[in-house]
Amino acid sequence: MKVTAATFTNLSPEWILLGVVTLLMLIVAFSKDKKQYLAVTVAAIALGFSAMCAFYHMNETNQVMFMGQYLITPLTSFLKFLTCLLMLAGLLYGRDFITSRNMQPGEYAILILFSTLGMLALISSNSLIVFYVALELLSLPLYAMVAMERNSGRASEAAMKYFVMGALASGFILYGISMLYGATGSLNLNEIAQQLQTTAVSHRVIFIFGAVFVVAGLAFKLGVAPFHMWAPDVYHGAPNPVAAIIASGPKVAAFAFFLRFLLDGHNGLVHQWHDLLIVMSVLSIVLGNVIAVVQTNVKRMLAYSSIAHMGFVFLALLADNPIGYRAAMFYVVTYVVMSMGAFALLTLVSKAGAEAETLNDLKGLNERNPWLALMMLLLMFSMAGVPPTVGFFAKLGVLNALVHANMTTLAVVAVLFAVVGAYYYLRVIRTMYFESASNHKPICLNWDERALISINGLMVLYLGIFPAGLMSLCQQFVG
Amino acid sequence: MIQQVIFYLFAALLIFSGVRVVASRNPVHSALFLVLAFVAAAPLWIMAGAEFLGLVLVFVYVGAVMTLFLFVVMMLNLDEVPRSKGFVRYLPFGLIIVGLIVTLMLNVIDPSHFSLHVNAGMIVPQHHSNTKELGLMLFTQYLLPFELAGALLIVAIISAIGLAFRGPRARKVQDPSAQIAVKRNERVRLVNMEAEKKS
Repeated sequence: MKVTAATFTNLSPEWILLGVVTLLMLIVAFSKDKKQYLAVTVAAIALGFSAMCAFYHMNETNQVMFMGQYLITPLTSFLKFLTCLLMLAGLLYGRDFITSRNMQPGEYAILILFSTLGMLALISSNSLIVFYVALELLSLPLYAMVAMERNSGRASEAAMKYFVMGALASGFILYGISMLYGATGSLNLNEIAQQLQTTAVSHRVIFIFGAVFVVAGLAFKLGVAPFHMWAPDVYHGAPNPVAAIIASGPKVAAFAFFLRFLLDGHNGLVHQWHDLLIVMSVLSIVLGNVIAVVQTNVKRMLAYSSIAHMGFVFLALLADNPIGYRAAMFYVVTYVVMSMGAFALLTLVSKAGAEAETLNDLKGLNERNPWLALMMLLLMFSMAGVPPTVGFFAKLGVLNALVHANMTTLAVVAVLFAVVGAYYYLRVIRTMYFESASNHKPICLNWDERALISINGLMVLYLGIFPAGLMSLCQQFVG
Repeated sequence: MIQQVIFYLFAALLIFSGVRVVASRNPVHSALFLVLAFVAAAPLWIMAGAEFLGLVLVFVYVGAVMTLFLFVVMMLNLDEVPRSKGFVRYLPFGLIIVGLIVTLMLNVIDPSHFSLHVNAGMIVPQHHSNTKELGLMLFTQYLLPFELAGALLIVAIISAIGLAFRGPRARKVQDPSAQIAVKRNERVRLVNMEAEKKS
């Protein structure tokens, strides 16, 4: 292996982050500024640059690096671009929230950059060992960020739960990886796939055994039932901007690896996953939507809704045809934008004073800040799948894929529970517009926060009216 | 023959100490049994041909990590942890899960897949240096995960500091130069008072 100039250009999103984060540690250590304005700005610029570099790589050909352990394709570049933007949004949304609650914004920025680095590596990893290290690099900063609100018992509890469950999932994944290595003698995904083509079906049993463990660990990261138990507690206990990050970035990264692990690497084995995926997706959709109905806490509700949304993604993967993969990717991309927006909105509302997390706190949001209420309306409509927004096309794509694959029963179940889900999204809208506020204090935002939430909310509408661009991108990458 | 005896001896010790780590109610005992588990695992690794890793396990884990761990446990002065409630209540559920997983594993990991007949041992060249090979692998083939692991270690430090550090504290120390340079009117205030009783 030679390290050349090309290695550096191809890895630019990663090394920009790694380089800046080392600089940032010095800045945070020596700066006396309580708000760490410089550090946060530098981190934001770095994330922006990384996103830009990833964007420019989108038109390049496939690159295999580090002896086949690292893969750079238009798909990975696009997902890296998306991840960097999401984390940038999480950083900027959280800046004031973190400072106003006596948490350290410097550490927040550093941990975000490290976590982003882990996500980028996870998206590109083509070997199980890189995958594992990247997954840990992604998760460890998140555990710490959940616990950042040190005076809150709930945050500590959430962090503890997240950490213990995450460690368990890591154990599952490692055990699975050891089995995969034992079965095929390789850690490289392509080599594993090749090895598998040549082994007899009877000997594949170890491979499947190991893969089940890896899939279970990944399902934990995605928060899919029956590995979802941590999600409501963690989303509830975490500070709002951290919940926004947990609900968006890691999902993109884990999905990217899931796609590679189940589909690219192991052609012809998808039917093995079939039963597993059916159970996971149907359980997620049913549990997520039904339990969300009785939640009065918006963060818990969004957690259950994220479980249900991930169930939809799995349904699309189940269809096992190009339409399905395309739909799954479209769904993930739109879902992370929506969930980032929804949690960010809670962050912005809480900034004005007390913590906003129950439905009561959203009462009369329309009187307090009509523009914010309009953005939340768009996001909720999109999550419910109401036509002018992008959520409708995402759900339509999944159903379309299922019908094409002759799985009409599953499609019917999905639609039924999506209707159940519409109830709790619409309830949020009703609370915002038709109930009078107990707290009449208007909500004032900085210009950058207002711009960000507007972009976030209007993006949902824009993509809903003109979905063709994103769809063709998805088709180009995975179709 | 002798190899097998050694193997089963240390394997049994490993399992025994592993169970005791979880089962003993005194945290110091748990930590000590963890040390024993590492010591018992090291010979197994050495027998498998990974002598460098086996030694590092003893040096680093037993020598450094577990010692620190023991220090912390002792400093916290933890008493015996009472047996957690609900143990009996959750026991049937736990047993079902364990039963399922064990059955699954026994079905999958049978000797037809993992015996010496299938995986004939690697033939090791005569002047083979385990340490050198490991070093070569780390800095060539596994360079990327190695660097990422480095980043992971920094994250661990930053997270620990971020969670434990509560801002600089003003220490109560004397500043001799300030003491010497003190002026009279900074310490003594002369107040003119009316006399209490008018005589």
